[in-house]
Amino acid sequence: MRDFAEHVLELAKRSAAWAEVFLVSSEETPVAFEANRLRSIEARETRGVALRVVAEGRIGLASSSRLEDAQALVDDALATARFGAQAALAYPAEPVAEGALDLYDKAVAALSTDDMVQMGQQMVDRVRKRGGDDILVDADVRKAVGTVTVRNSSGGQGSYRKTVLSIDLHANRTREDDLLDIYESDASCHLAGVALTKTVNTLLGKLELSSEIAQARTGSVPVIFTPKGVAITLLAPLAAALSGKAVLEGSSPLAGRLGERMFDPGFSLIDDGLVPRQPASAPCDDEGVPMRRTALVEGGRLNAYYYDLQTAGRAGTQSTGNGERGLATLPAPATHALRIPAGTASYQHMLADVEDGLVVDQTMGAWAGNLLSGDFSGNVHLGFKVRRGQLVGRVKNTMVTGNVFRALGRLAGIGDRAYWLDGRAEVPYLYFSALSVATR
Amino acid sequence: MRDLITDALRGQRADYIDVRLEEAESTQVRFRGRELEELGRSRTLGGSVRALVNGGWGFASFNDVGRLRSYVEQAVHQARLVRRESLALAPVPAVQDVVQAGAARDVRHVSLDDKVALLQEYNELMWATAPLQTTSVRYGDLYRRTTFASSEGSYLEQEQLDLSALFVAVARKESEVEQAFLSTGSRGDLSILQGRHEEIAAVARRAVDLLSARRIKGGSYAVLADPKLAGVFVHEAFGHLSEADHVYENPRLREMMVLGRRFGGPQLSIVDGAAVPGHRGSYAYDAEGVPAQKTYLIREGVLVGRLHSRETAARMGEAPTGNGRAVSYRYPPIVRMTNTFIEPGQATFEQMLAGIDEGVYVKSSFGGQTSMEMFTFSAGEAYMIRGGKLAEPLRGVNLTGNVFQTLANIEAIGSDLEWSEGGGCGKGEQSPLPVGTGSPHLLIRDVVIGGE
Repeated sequence: MRDFAEHVLELAKRSAAWAEVFLVSSEETPVAFEANRLRSIEARETRGVALRVVAEGRIGLASSSRLEDAQALVDDALATARFGAQAALAYPAEPVAEGALDLYDKAVAALSTDDMVQMGQQMVDRVRKRGGDDILVDADVRKAVGTVTVRNSSGGQGSYRKTVLSIDLHANRTREDDLLDIYESDASCHLAGVALTKTVNTLLGKLELSSEIAQARTGSVPVIFTPKGVAITLLAPLAAALSGKAVLEGSSPLAGRLGERMFDPGFSLIDDGLVPRQPASAPCDDEGVPMRRTALVEGGRLNAYYYDLQTAGRAGTQSTGNGERGLATLPAPATHALRIPAGTASYQHMLADVEDGLVVDQTMGAWAGNLLSGDFSGNVHLGFKVRRGQLVGRVKNTMVTGNVFRALGRLAGIGDRAYWLDGRAEVPYLYFSALSVATR
Repeated sequence: MRDLITDALRGQRADYIDVRLEEAESTQVRFRGRELEELGRSRTLGGSVRALVNGGWGFASFNDVGRLRSYVEQAVHQARLVRRESLALAPVPAVQDVVQAGAARDVRHVSLDDKVALLQEYNELMWATAPLQTTSVRYGDLYRRTTFASSEGSYLEQEQLDLSALFVAVARKESEVEQAFLSTGSRGDLSILQGRHEEIAAVARRAVDLLSARRIKGGSYAVLADPKLAGVFVHEAFGHLSEADHVYENPRLREMMVLGRRFGGPQLSIVDGAAVPGHRGSYAYDAEGVPAQKTYLIREGVLVGRLHSRETAARMGEAPTGNGRAVSYRYPPIVRMTNTFIEPGQATFEQMLAGIDEGVYVKSSFGGQTSMEMFTFSAGEAYMIRGGKLAEPLRGVNLTGNVFQTLANIEAIGSDLEWSEGGGCGKGEQSPLPVGTGSPHLLIRDVVIGGE
């Protein structure tokens, strides 16, 4: 692979001022259980190469899965560079060491299909045993082993191996015109980092709370988001507004507000690409820039935006190591693991404070609105009514609506513990004294 | 290619095996602001093998096509590990066919210069029309040639062309940001992008207008949906629930979704089919080599059919419908929609509007999501209706409903069926899949809308 990268760079350098090769190869093995039973075992191999060039000051891009045809790749990239954007990116010139992030676990790489089938079967059996006969369980156990290499003609390079083991659990209970669907998941680069028992127990706990159906009320209502609810509903509009690209073009409501207090003083938000053993971590981003930890919001103050190379160059600043790409697309700013540090309120205290409100765990379609404005409006796919501090049943046909910037401007409580979700976010419970709820 | 596949399948011990090999070329163009931000070309060659042994599936996907035989062996080996009761796929005739794709203004025969110039013209038009904060134009086209062969003797070569384009205008006033969009697509025919100046200029004006639009008060409303939003509605609200893989292993849901159950009034008929020609979900054969069909899901308010792969058809004792689709060679075929639409009724737009004392007119959609029972989707554009007349514009309108109630709450169906070809459908990890959606205007009672 390294030789191939050198070969492509050499070919490209004949006509381009700068060139960068991005190589990925991965092998993914999903084992799937459907309706309580093993259904399929898959193996997916992927390899591919992307070439970015700068020729006469403009950026070109081509990608291919055909590693044998380097010349076609170079020709395609040069053809697109005729039209491409004016290059503004700084060229990484230092090799990035693989470091001590511990992203590769031999135990994951060595997992056999049988091991994975057994893990899946265990999860299915445990949910069925305590959840009852009318529960249908879908479960996925998946390992991925991959290599990423980025190398450019100015001496920048980075390369690392990563294993990811993930489990995904869905419980479905169907009663007369009532389809209950609860999901939990976990992921880590290490076998020991995947908490099978905890994932099963969390799901069972929610299943237990779901047996009764309760009527939500329309109006302005106190709402507690679970960590999963926070991750599904609130992180996407935050990430969209903090992207250096949205800031540069002025489409972010947070543009031009660095240093201002925009959020509750207890609220901080960190983008972190350096947490050992987490799937979102890597020594360098997809442009060969060292990953880092960026405090985006600190004590309610807007502290930073996140950037890739080209956006940073255009904005007159530096990349924060947030360049992310697929093979067929140019790098763009993207977050790694978003972390909201824990506060001081316990979940029990939050609950006890609610006279008549909601706990929201899963939402649907909140992403489909005008994300840039910070607006969210989603169906409460899994949520519970709270009466005098007690969860009294699951609500249905209910929308929860708000604006993430206004809502986070004043929080009624930040949970005293933050929870990792799939190794991609670490967030606590968040308690809002009033969000809009609509129901039939 | 044929010899390679024949050799790879020889002597394998499985109940069923199929092989798909794909060669694809794609182009993507992206403007952001006034600049061309990205232009890229990509080429892929890849394949996959699916093997069925005693009801269990093994699957392998790869880029190294030369090692096909070893991937076939791997898939068969995996299938053996699954161990279920034996399953005979629903029978279909073995087919030998070559299907070529073509379009009036074929994306393969238009130069990069012309594509970029056309998109730039529309982008500049948005900037010239209204005071915008930024714009975004995303264009992608794809040519794909798939070879499909099965252990039952089918051998197909099928070409596919696809095109999608999204035009977005963003307006800002202080901390308020609003966006409007137009999403369109075709089966690789660039003439879909000709003469769209008026609509694209309207996108720019709409983004600015939204800044002064009101926010709706949350609650339950009568909703008049335009054909674009109603198309997303039929896709999310009912289409996904009619995919048999959600139903076939769930005995209670099978009872609920029993053919003959009434879901709506006698004016409601819902159809899906890749054999409906000329849309983004149209094709000759699905990814299992089953010929495309047209399937009534609801006829005159009654559930009469559902969408099948060969496996779900066999397990439910129904006929296959040609809905086994895969987003690419990397994934196995699963049950998917193709072109889903509500058949036109009798009502005119004016009649429906006149019948609404207080309600909301919703147009176009950013997208939606479903949990089978409950679904949600957003409106791209919305207006209050008061006393049977369109009133002030609204922003941030997201709707939710319940499949068991909402279809029955369709009070009137327009006579003006229109198709939408934008965006794509996601299911599990397979996204975006080209689909068409169609509907006339619909009047639906008691729809929950989120709001402040």
